[in-house]
Amino acid sequence: MSTRELFTFRNPYFSAALGIAGGLFVLTALVGLILLPYAQKNLQFANLWDAICSAAGLPQRRASAPTAKVGPRLSEAVLTQKTLVKPSQESIGRGATLAQRCAICHGPTGISRADSPNLAGQYAAVIYKELWDFRSGARTNAVMSPFAVNLTDQEITDLAAYYAYLPRLPAYHPTPQLQKPNIVIYGAPIRGIAPCGSCHGSLDNKTGSPWLEGQSEVYLKAQLQAFASGGRVNDISQQMRNIARAMTPQEVDEAAAYYASQPAEIVKSVD
Amino acid sequence: MLVNRKLILAHFWLAFAAFGLALCLGAWQMFIRSPLGTWLSNPEFYYRSLTAHGTVMGYVFPTLVAMGFGYAITESALKQPLVGARWAWAGFWLIVVGAIMAMIPVALGRASVLYTFYPPLIGNAFYYIGVVLVVVGSWIWVALMSINLHIWRRQHPNEPVPLAMFANVAGSYLWAWTAVGAALELLLQIIPVAIGWRTTIDAGLARVFFSWTLHAIVYFWLMPTYIAYYTIVPRAIGGRLYSDTMARISFILFLVVAMPIGMHHTFADPQVGAGFKFIHSTFTALVALPTLLTVFTICASVEIAARLRGGRGPFGWIAALPWHNPMMLALAFSFVMLGFGGAGGLINMSYQLDATIHNTQWITGHFHLIFGGAIVIMYFAIAYDLWPHLTGRDLPDLRLIRAQLWLWFVGMIVTTFPWHWVGILGMPRRMAYYDYADPAIAPQAFSVTLSAIGGLILLISGLLFLFNLATAHRQPAAEAGAYRFSVPVHPVRSVPIALNTFAIWVALMIELTVTNYGYPILSLAARSDTSVPAVYVGAQ
Repeated sequence: MSTRELFTFRNPYFSAALGIAGGLFVLTALVGLILLPYAQKNLQFANLWDAICSAAGLPQRRASAPTAKVGPRLSEAVLTQKTLVKPSQESIGRGATLAQRCAICHGPTGISRADSPNLAGQYAAVIYKELWDFRSGARTNAVMSPFAVNLTDQEITDLAAYYAYLPRLPAYHPTPQLQKPNIVIYGAPIRGIAPCGSCHGSLDNKTGSPWLEGQSEVYLKAQLQAFASGGRVNDISQQMRNIARAMTPQEVDEAAAYYASQPAEIVKSVD
Repeated sequence: MLVNRKLILAHFWLAFAAFGLALCLGAWQMFIRSPLGTWLSNPEFYYRSLTAHGTVMGYVFPTLVAMGFGYAITESALKQPLVGARWAWAGFWLIVVGAIMAMIPVALGRASVLYTFYPPLIGNAFYYIGVVLVVVGSWIWVALMSINLHIWRRQHPNEPVPLAMFANVAGSYLWAWTAVGAALELLLQIIPVAIGWRTTIDAGLARVFFSWTLHAIVYFWLMPTYIAYYTIVPRAIGGRLYSDTMARISFILFLVVAMPIGMHHTFADPQVGAGFKFIHSTFTALVALPTLLTVFTICASVEIAARLRGGRGPFGWIAALPWHNPMMLALAFSFVMLGFGGAGGLINMSYQLDATIHNTQWITGHFHLIFGGAIVIMYFAIAYDLWPHLTGRDLPDLRLIRAQLWLWFVGMIVTTFPWHWVGILGMPRRMAYYDYADPAIAPQAFSVTLSAIGGLILLISGLLFLFNLATAHRQPAAEAGAYRFSVPVHPVRSVPIALNTFAIWVALMIELTVTNYGYPILSLAARSDTSVPAVYVGAQ
């Protein structure tokens, strides 16, 4: 029997297989694309085509649908593999000049005496993202926003390069080093909280997360509270907001106190 | 007639060595997430281990077993030396290179993306390229199976293809087509992002592509097991195969219906329409057919063996079975695990019931019971059965072999039953540790502990398996004779051409893929607003 004879309806295997498979497909398509959409009382369709499109997964905007509520502005910073590669000496130099206006809060050497973050040796990606967010309004602060609003893309890149280049120095307000609290090394699995350390250092570091060692306790606490209350919303996909909302006040205190007590020198180099 | 014994042994040994390593990782994972271990303070190590375990157990181990077994079947069933042995070695080395290339970034923590890839997570490009090499190596095997069958057909026109080879080639065609989904995902989507040519990825489309592979791959894993059911077990226990036709229909059904059903893995995904989920759900129900046919045919074949041994009565024949025979034992264990696993699978495939267990430990329990249990225990049996023919030496001690099979069965039940249970209670999968001190999940601590003990039993059994195979090489030489397959009750003189060729069935497999996947893939690919930024693992 040749292939031609195989693929004819005289071949009972061919006709049965095609009939069963085709019949089943048509039947399941009728049920899945027409019957089931209408069987759901809470869904309203303008016509049959509307129902089929909906069940087929074609997104559609209905005129009657309420317009989405406009939420707070979200982060638009995009970091690609090419954004921050090997900064030039000129870039670092320009960053140093620009950074003079930051020194009043963040310190002339990137070490703050005003409960602002220490920026010396912070990851370039972090500085880059936060400046971008301050400029776009995704993150706001009465003091910081006016500084950021007129920065160009190049200036943001230069500042990131400069602060990443500075050596990490001991914080201005060192306290005795504390033991690692559970929230830092284990998180709280039952509440869906990953360990702080799995992104912010101590265990591991993830792109875009700052190292926190030696930062001001007041600042860390304030940021966690802002994430929890929704006062700060520039975290990607609500990662930090989800965590901060689930943290207890005691855990917030422990995490902030722990990181503040750590010397910044222990942050591992990722260059 | 096994000519290329070295080739076949190389495949089996590499498969089992990789399996042994991945088994150690699995047992460690079971321990570390249980109340027996202290919390792993860096979850990254867990995901690293999980990625290695899944990649080896999912891609490397079963592929090598299917390939080695396929070469053995080609030579012994067709009674002709393998054509293209050099190509077969090339495929083998591609898999070796690919597996090593994939495992280095995983070990370094640069590719902790799990074996299902999970875009938009993106790991080191070498991980994906390594996996692609493994798949390409296996495609050489697919081509060789087809070519060898073609050569045999030319020399034996109008003769029925031996069942073992027919099933083997069906399995290879299924693999060739089902691997295309993951290959498309890797080549079109993930690798360009991993290399840095693009920085966004359509995660939804990638998941649909993966579902194309993810379910039919299970049936590819299953093929050697089903081939063993039909063509080895009846012979090994001294019986006859009840029906050759039923066997062919089962393998054809697997080839056709394993493909268009993968979207039951995406029931919780928003990018797939509910209508298509329903279509896939219904088609998934069809895969119960070849399994039920198989259970019926094999039970009938086993009954024939028992009655030939003097078994009587409606159930009395069960006692007359050769229970000391490792193959009998493996078959019984495999069927019990297939029964429970299959029953659990009915819940996974139903669109509504799935919601209760989706992404819980139930799923992990399910696929370990089916794959690690029902399927892998037959891989052991295949190896024990083939070993004397490959090594030219007898197996050392049947008691140790029986003990190993018993341990694997008990270990798998002890591991997976509590796993299913905690899944029903809502325990999520893919977590490095759980807070058993919390009253909400404290009652699950006992079940998880039990499960970890099961993992330990499996580890012991797996090591014993390797020991049994290794010591066989030091036994005195003994001629095992020609490797034979089971004979059907009614000799097969002629087979309808549709049951002797693949053209209709491969065409139907592709056609159903087009109807069931065409629209979801094209509609996602055509949209411009579905890409998300990639999340690079281990990047700074």
